Amino acid sequence: MKCQYCDKPATFHITELTQPGGPQILHLCEHHARTVLQKEAPSPIKTITGALAKQLQLGQTKEELQKLDKKECPSCGITFFEFRNSGRLGCPMDYTHFESDLTPLLINIHDSLEHTGKRPSRAAANVDAQAELISLRKAMEAAVQNEDYETASQIRDKINEIQGDPKHPGYVPPSENDDADSEESASGEGGGL
Amino acid sequence: MKQATDLSVLVKNSGEWLKGTGPESDIVISSRIRLARNLAGFPFIKKCSDDDRRKIERQVRTRLEALAGWDDIQYVDIDSLAEVDRQFLVERQLISREIAEAEGSRAVAIDPGEQYSVMINEEDHLRLQVMHSGLDLISAWEQMDKLDDAIEGELLYAFHPRFGYLTACPTNVGTGLRVSVMLHLPGLVITQQIEKVFRSMQRINVTVRGLYGEGSQYTGDFYQVSNQVTLGHTERELLTMVGEEVVPRIIDYERKARDFLMEKGEQDLLDDVSRALGILSTARKISSEETMHYLSKVRMGVNLGLIDDVEVATINKLFIHTQPAHLQKLQGRMLTTSDRHIERANYLQRHLRDSGSLPEELN
Repeated sequence: MKCQYCDKPATFHITELTQPGGPQILHLCEHHARTVLQKEAPSPIKTITGALAKQLQLGQTKEELQKLDKKECPSCGITFFEFRNSGRLGCPMDYTHFESDLTPLLINIHDSLEHTGKRPSRAAANVDAQAELISLRKAMEAAVQNEDYETASQIRDKINEIQGDPKHPGYVPPSENDDADSEESASGEGGGL
Repeated sequence: MKQATDLSVLVKNSGEWLKGTGPESDIVISSRIRLARNLAGFPFIKKCSDDDRRKIERQVRTRLEALAGWDDIQYVDIDSLAEVDRQFLVERQLISREIAEAEGSRAVAIDPGEQYSVMINEEDHLRLQVMHSGLDLISAWEQMDKLDDAIEGELLYAFHPRFGYLTACPTNVGTGLRVSVMLHLPGLVITQQIEKVFRSMQRINVTVRGLYGEGSQYTGDFYQVSNQVTLGHTERELLTMVGEEVVPRIIDYERKARDFLMEKGEQDLLDDVSRALGILSTARKISSEETMHYLSKVRMGVNLGLIDDVEVATINKLFIHTQPAHLQKLQGRMLTTSDRHIERANYLQRHLRDSGSLPEELN
């Protein structure tokens, strides 16, 4: 049998028991076996999983953890459980909705909680308006999925209203307000708006 | 900005960062700055609908088109590319493996010198990258800072007063900045000191990866050193940490290892690099791994003055141009693994013989 990574004979047969998809068997030459066995864990997911595991061991009981896992972001709908599994957040609002839950994690990863670097010259529009926009986009997608094009259309109008009203905190200058563009409709391929 | 439907312009050239120039270029291949940015008012990619992704892509594309000095920028729709073309861009380090393998609306804008690129709908809505040859982080950052300002003038970024630029993964939040230096460390590999060096670095918040980033095997003795934290430090502090505190120490260790090898047995080393060059310039069939292995030796030989008529730029280019997708794009047709081995050997022979590179001992 040849090594999975080169043409040399496979002299090492390693069974990885910790892979997400179940046990994985690797057939490797001496060189690649050494590389695999000595490989550090540089991927951010692993770092996050590690940091989360550490955080959860320190702080929560099983009941507390179950409660936390069910916590959901009202803007994008991601649960803490989903985040814990994927290592990826669902929307910018998660940093606000899960702030107290993310704090120990951020300290574990960065040893800090305060951004001290560059700041954008233009502040993003009012946070509530941004959250509303994300919720509306989610609701519009759900309406399209359910083929409820009337609701989808109403929601799209609402999005355009928010982005098009200069007095509204979610105002986006016209050139950026691509949702107002008629080229793409909220109906997706279903049409019928 | 031009919509690129094929990658022919890129195929013929090679990026500025492969020139083999700039400070410490005998050891440092390239300096890379990456910023992660997201648009306010949209979910992160994980929670984006197909429609959201299309809107983000279109919004960013429209704004990039409006930027001054962007007339020659190539805009590539990754979703419509053939697999070999996506792989080509990964080999060229212009896009990540993640965006190549993703689905849905996604794109990359690339400048003709391949110094900077903007990925749209990667893990974050925007990933900006600047690459320079050699150890050149400060000027790469200055270029990035201007690029970021120009784009931010057109789009609203998701930003939190306390946590900074908001990113899909909390490991990137704050500055969103990843400072990476690609190092060629054959001396530390041969003297078996490489692990000791990296173990000592883990304590100072830097990570080490192989040539093509996350999860790849370390190939050809190339190692990428990056900052681990992104929150709580200014951009300049992160640049200083990687570029002035960590990398110069590794360069120093590598130089000492090379000096040691030269003192201990210059003839052995000369024999080793000459054999490597001999194999590369005479083989009839050769795998990518074997090519990387021998090119790494030849590159060290050139830098130590043991081989004097091959340019470092030629070797740097060969590392990239002998990768599977590059060979196929250069040939203009799909090749089986076995055909690639033959074509790779032909390509190496042409380029190493053309440069009159065989050392006297071999002529």
